[in-house]
This record gives sequence, C-alpha cells and structure tokens, in this order.
Amino acid sequence: MKPIRDVGIAGWGAYIPKFRIKCFEIGKTWGFPPEYHNGLIVSEKAVANIDEDTITMGWEASKNAIARAKINPKEIEAVYVGTESKPYAVKPSVTVIAEALGITPKILGADLEFACRAASEALEASIGLISSGMIRYSLVVGSDTAQASPGDVLEFTASSGAAAFVLGLRRNNTIAYFEGSYSYITDTPDFWRRQLAPYPMHGEQFTGDPAYFAHMVAAAKGLMEELGLRPSDFDYAVFHQPNGRFPLKVGAKLGFSKEKIMPGLVTPMIGNTYNGSALIGLCAVLEVAKPGQRILLVPFGSGAGADAYSIIVEDGIEERVHLAPTVKELLEDKVYVDYTYYAKFRGLISKFSF
Amino acid sequence: MVKVYVVGVGLTKVGRFFNKGLRELFAEAAMKAIDEVGNESVQALVVGNMTSSSLGEQDNLGALLADYAGLGKIPAFKVEAACGSGGAAVYTGYFLVASGMFDVVMVGGVEKQTEYPTRIVSKALAQAADAEYELFHGISFTGLNALVMRMYMNKYSVSRDEMSIWPVLMHKNAVKNPYAQLRFEITKKQVAESMIIADPIRLLDSSPIGDGAAVLILASERVAKKLSDTPIEVAGLGMATDHIYVAYRENILSFEATVLAARKAYNMAKVEPEKVNVAEVHDAFTVLGFMNLEDLGLSKRGETPKLMEEGRFWPGDKPTVNPSGGLKARGHPVGATGVYQVAEVVMQLRGDFPGVNVGGDIGLAQSIGGLGTTVTVIILKR
Repeated sequence: MKPIRDVGIAGWGAYIPKFRIKCFEIGKTWGFPPEYHNGLIVSEKAVANIDEDTITMGWEASKNAIARAKINPKEIEAVYVGTESKPYAVKPSVTVIAEALGITPKILGADLEFACRAASEALEASIGLISSGMIRYSLVVGSDTAQASPGDVLEFTASSGAAAFVLGLRRNNTIAYFEGSYSYITDTPDFWRRQLAPYPMHGEQFTGDPAYFAHMVAAAKGLMEELGLRPSDFDYAVFHQPNGRFPLKVGAKLGFSKEKIMPGLVTPMIGNTYNGSALIGLCAVLEVAKPGQRILLVPFGSGAGADAYSIIVEDGIEERVHLAPTVKELLEDKVYVDYTYYAKFRGLISKFSF
Repeated sequence: MVKVYVVGVGLTKVGRFFNKGLRELFAEAAMKAIDEVGNESVQALVVGNMTSSSLGEQDNLGALLADYAGLGKIPAFKVEAACGSGGAAVYTGYFLVASGMFDVVMVGGVEKQTEYPTRIVSKALAQAADAEYELFHGISFTGLNALVMRMYMNKYSVSRDEMSIWPVLMHKNAVKNPYAQLRFEITKKQVAESMIIADPIRLLDSSPIGDGAAVLILASERVAKKLSDTPIEVAGLGMATDHIYVAYRENILSFEATVLAARKAYNMAKVEPEKVNVAEVHDAFTVLGFMNLEDLGLSKRGETPKLMEEGRFWPGDKPTVNPSGGLKARGHPVGATGVYQVAEVVMQLRGDFPGVNVGGDIGLAQSIGGLGTTVTVIILKR
C-alpha cells in the first residue's frame, strides 16, 4: 500500500523497565533443564515494577518520542495505543496517556487490539489519516506488560516494554518516511486469551510455521514484490521477535543476513515486549541508521497477521538520537531481581489484607 | 485357511499437519493404495487408531473413514491396542481374508495428534498403561520406559554413548525416506546433550509426536495375482499380550509378549530368525530397539548396542533393521505405525521402497502397544 502523500517518522522513543530476571532463574524455579532457554536465544527479560503498567510505560515511550520530534504535544491530533495488556478491560488507556502528555481534548484516540501487531495497525491508520490531510501529527504507542502463566514456556520470554512514534507528513519535520507497506491477515488461532482468563494459551508448534513464519514471509515477500525490491536493497531488517530464534530463522528464509537483523534484535536481552517487540527493534535501528539507508520492518500479531514496511531514513536523523534515552542506554541500565521479586512485581503473588 | 497377500500400499509423510485432519490423512493414503490395485472394490475396512476418542472426540471411525474415502457401505470398524493398534489392525484384517469371507480388505492406520498441546497428547498416550494402578499415580509413558532404560544400562553395563548408536543410525536411515518425519542426521554428542525427558531418556532417544496414515490392501490368493504383479504374502503372524501392570512382570528387560508372538509368527511362516532380510521394529525409545531385536531372536541379549556399533543391522547387513528410520526418525503416528511398518517391509520385498533399499525375500514387522503389553509380529514373504 502506498499513501497519496508520503508519511514519515518525526520522533521515536522506547521505554524498557529497569528490572531484569535471568531465564536461568525462571527455569530453576520451575524445574526446566538449565540449558532449556538457550534454544529460544533469550538470556533475560525486562520486568515492570509493581507500579508500572501499559499506561505508564506507554507514557514514558511517548515522552521520548515527542522529545525527539521537537514538537509541542498540542500539535498531535490522534493518539493510538496498541496493547494486549490493558490495565482496564473497559476504559481506554489512551485517554490517560494523552491527558498526561497534555494532548487532550481535541484529538482522535483509541486502544487497539490485535495481539502483538495492534500498534502496527495504528501505524497504518495514522499513515492514512496524515496522508489524507485529516490530521497533522499522530502518536502511535505500542506497550505491553505481557502475561504468561507461571511455569509455562512462555514465561521465559513474556516481558514488559513500550515504543512510541510521532508520525507526520514527509519532510514536515520527519527524519524517515514509509516507502510502502503490505498487510497479510488470516484467521489462524495460534495464541489467544479468553475473556476473564488470566493467562494466554498457545498452540505450541502451531505458533511457528502456520502462524509466525507463514504470515511474516507472506507480508515481507508481498511488500518486496509490490515495491520491486530485493533483500539486498535493505540495510536493516527488523522482525517481530517473540524469541531470539524466530527472527533469525525468518530472516534466513527471506534471504536477509544476520548482520542486517542483529542491530534491531533486542528480545535476547529483554524478552518479548509484544506490541513493543519489533517497534523497540525499529527504535534501536533508527539510532544507528544513516540517511539514505532502507529498513524493512515486519511486526506480527497472533490470530494472525503481519505488516511489512519499507522505511527510508532521511537527513537530520543523527541530531535527534540523543534528545532522549537510546535503546542502547535503556538496555544497559538494569538491575537483576530474583523470581520472588519478579513474582511480586508482576502480581503473581499478592498480600492478603482484610 | 486362505493364503493372504498384500497387493497395495499407500502412505502419507509422517509429520505435523496443521492443514489436514484425520479423515483427510486417511483418504490420502487410501487413494494411493487403491491406485496401486487399479481401483478394485474394497469389501471391508479395518482401521488401527489409538487416540481418535481421547483427543479427537471421534468414535465410530470405521464408518467415518469408509464414508469419507468413498468405499461404500462396507463393513468397517476400528481396532485399538494403544501404540500397537496398527499391528492389531493388520492381524484382524488378515483373518477377514483368511477366513474366506472376503477377497479384498483394506487395513488402515491413522493418527492425528498435532492439534493438541503436548501435555494433552502425553496424557492420551499414557492411557496405554494401567489407568488405576499406574496412570493414576502420574507416571507417563516416558517414565515407564526410563525405568527400563536405566535397568538395561545397569545390567549390561552400557554407557550413555553406547546407547546412542540406535538413534544415530535411525536418523541416518530416515534421511533417505521421503515419508519420514525427522530427515536429518544426528551425532552421539547431540543425543547426550539433548534435553532430559525422563532420566536417562533424552529428547533424541524419543520418537516424535506426529500425524500420519498408512493403508494396505489385503487380498486372497484367488485374486491377489490379478491385482498385483508382485503380491507379498503374509506368511506368518502372531500376537500376544502381557500383564499391563508392569509391577506384575517378572522381568522388564524382555517383553514376553514379543517372544510369544514372534514364536507363533516364525512357526507359521516356517522361517528361522536368521533368514530375515529386513525388520521394522518398534523403537519408541532407544532402549526398546535393542530389547526388541533380542526378543525377536535377531540379536544376543545385552550385546545389541555393541553389535550395532560394529556395523550389525546397518543397511547391507542381514537383517537390516529399520531402513525407514524406525519410530525414532520415520516417526510414530501411534495407531498408524504398525501399518507403516508392514507397508515399508512390503515395499522392501517388492524392491520399490524409495529410501534405503534392502532387497531380499523375507521381512518382519513388530508392533507394540503399551510397555510390551500387546505385541503383533508379522512375517512377509516375496
């Protein structure tokens, strides 16, 4: 898909909570073999503090994105939050974030849900709104405190984090633009959480070939075909990263070398931040990319769907990098906790009170 | 009794099929088998299957599959003997023809497991054990086999690496088999370093969970020659059972049911073990492969790992064991496995097995349900 007028990224921001738990610690608690998580290529994951949630982390990432965009928050006319861990089942997260950032009230806003690709849908919607001239700037937030049943293999990777982007018309204060996008969605029930269920269910190997790989490959190939591009035309490839292994494998299937994937691969250090997963990876790449370079971004959401974007970096990006904490800085700023603190922080244990 | 021949076979690849259900898998194999005999009408259907009831909530498989495969309103029913359902189905189908009641009988085996999480599949498979005296206490099927493996290694002083020759050879054979689920080679080091499932059983000692369907067409002597240029005779078969509750067994390093079933089959076929060119045996876990060869009289007790290390049972030897890759690497679609084995031996004797090709004129297939609880041994002759 190509909009009538090109839309670009004015600012980007990530947020990764300070706490980390080592996968070894999780495996030890539940009796997994010590080497079990090595197959997932994840060594530790980020843990949100007891007073953090999708809203607070989304706000943190948005603040960083707005700082890089160098705009008055009042100039933003739409805010979308993609999440699958809304603090309230009914009551928007977006209103809290937008109000706390001083963006309300004359705005569009909604929480979107499509597993890990809801924020990507927000990117597509924003491109349309901006290109049509209905709004000037949009704020897209992907934020999750991902849930996993204690003891489930998912617990090695389900983590917390957020990414946010300020989008605007190309060359109107932007430092990269969307060359095109391609979406691919089917009814593939690989991962779900029913109403009132505390933790998601997943279809084990079904989450791989028929879900992740089929959709990622279809979206990426579809995009390259529509734009007449080949893997060699891209300098970076950022894939949805439920673990460290899948993005490398899908990259190999598509013909992308490890060198193009590694700069945007953050899951091995922080786990799968769901709606933040590919988007924090994109933040990391924007912080090292040079004008003229081309980035492939492919977020994925279970259920299932994937969107592929070709993003071209433009002048002025380097001076924005240090206007907010970089992903590299956020990755290095960490404090390890044991399973007990992790369980307390994530509400797996709670104090009984009268 | 009427002599019985295998005149047609059909197999699906063993694997995890997210786009094919039980009936589609069966029909795919059935159509291949029917193609081999030139669209001859099948007069009855016997289906081996274990978990359609516990996993798929589907009973009445005979009618379902006869209908779906377009076989008409023929007699059809399911035979269940846990992982030995396939062998038991062939055994049943044999007597339908041998009795003189039918000239052409289809024997199928089909299993569909991959729609379900591993813990659900493991529970369904554990139902092969004694529900009240074993399953109730939480032991899984892997757990029972781990007891056997530990005892085998202790009694015969076999090391971890010496045991690993079995899965290494099975994977090597499976690479050439287009129907196999795990078509890659492994090393002893990889086996030793793979995840522990139930100590001392590791991941690479274990057969994988998989779907698949295999179909045979059995025919009476009267019509066999008309349906196939190379009919393969079911020359002998034997079946026996043992205490399902393992604690009642006097010796768990030999499955008495295998010994009894093999004796009946060899006697009926008038064949000595030394004459067997190719054998497909039930190696759901490494230790079972070694033990079964010993119980079938094809190897010396406690010495099989050493003999295999020296090259016995490899392609070219007599017998060649599991040229398909065995349950370990061809895969183990439970109730279909016993039918796969017979189909593979038939193709070996016909000379058209698409993988490791052995040749020869006598083959053996052994199918086990439970921990050596229900065993069928079938001897085929060209």
